[in-house]
Amino acid sequence: MVNKLPKTQKKYQLKIPSQSDNLALIRELIAKVASQVGFDDEEANKIELAVDEACTNVIKHAYNHNSNQIIDVLVKTDTKKITVIVSDKGLGFNPDKVKTPDLNESIKAGKKGGLGICLMRTLMDKVYFQIKPGQKNQVTMIKYIN
Amino acid sequence: MEGFEVTKGATNDISVLYLKGYLDAHTAPELENALQKLMDEQNYKIVVNFSELNYISSAGLGVFMGFIEDIRKNGGDIKLSSMKPKIFRVFDLLGFPTLYDILDDEEKAVDKFTKS
Repeated sequence: MVNKLPKTQKKYQLKIPSQSDNLALIRELIAKVASQVGFDDEEANKIELAVDEACTNVIKHAYNHNSNQIIDVLVKTDTKKITVIVSDKGLGFNPDKVKTPDLNESIKAGKKGGLGICLMRTLMDKVYFQIKPGQKNQVTMIKYIN
Repeated sequence: MEGFEVTKGATNDISVLYLKGYLDAHTAPELENALQKLMDEQNYKIVVNFSELNYISSAGLGVFMGFIEDIRKNGGDIKLSSMKPKIFRVFDLLGFPTLYDILDDEEKAVDKFTKS
């Protein structure tokens, strides 16, 4: 979908049920758009993974596996960057309290999660959250073309 | 469609799991079941061969985090082998190489058990 944007700017939106079997489709969209903008395979893989992590968090935590809910994935591109905004209307969280987990401690505690946000922050150039639980939670991820 | 398969093999008393396809939050339970089955059968020496795995997210890595402590307490280990560079990169980004043995190929991973 393109809305009166300059030719170099494009916008794509996917509104999809909050189900883990949709992750593959979301990744496919992101990989194709990233490669069209000019990211090489390695960088496109990073964007794909970061978006997978954001959507997985929505499925597991914001919507607690309720597949009647919708994940909104908005992708904007221009000649310099890709911006992916993942939104939900589920439970929120405090992103400032999400610290990089100590892997050794997590393993000892038998903890098997908590790595997603850390990965998103590592893989993308900018990641920021706007949290309004029940209304709109949003994570914006930006990656620049080198 | 991007699928995921886990198949089981063995070399002497060492179990080998072969992963194929895409490992994410949707498919991670299949790997979890396969590892749980090995635990239930008291097979604690496990090699996981990643040669045909094309994608992994943190949900996949989390499976290894959840089992490793119990397996090590029982005198075993999970050794990881044959990762494509893009798969290794994800493990590396999260610091796994300091806590897990990650080997170039399955034979080296099996040897690590027999020689240690």
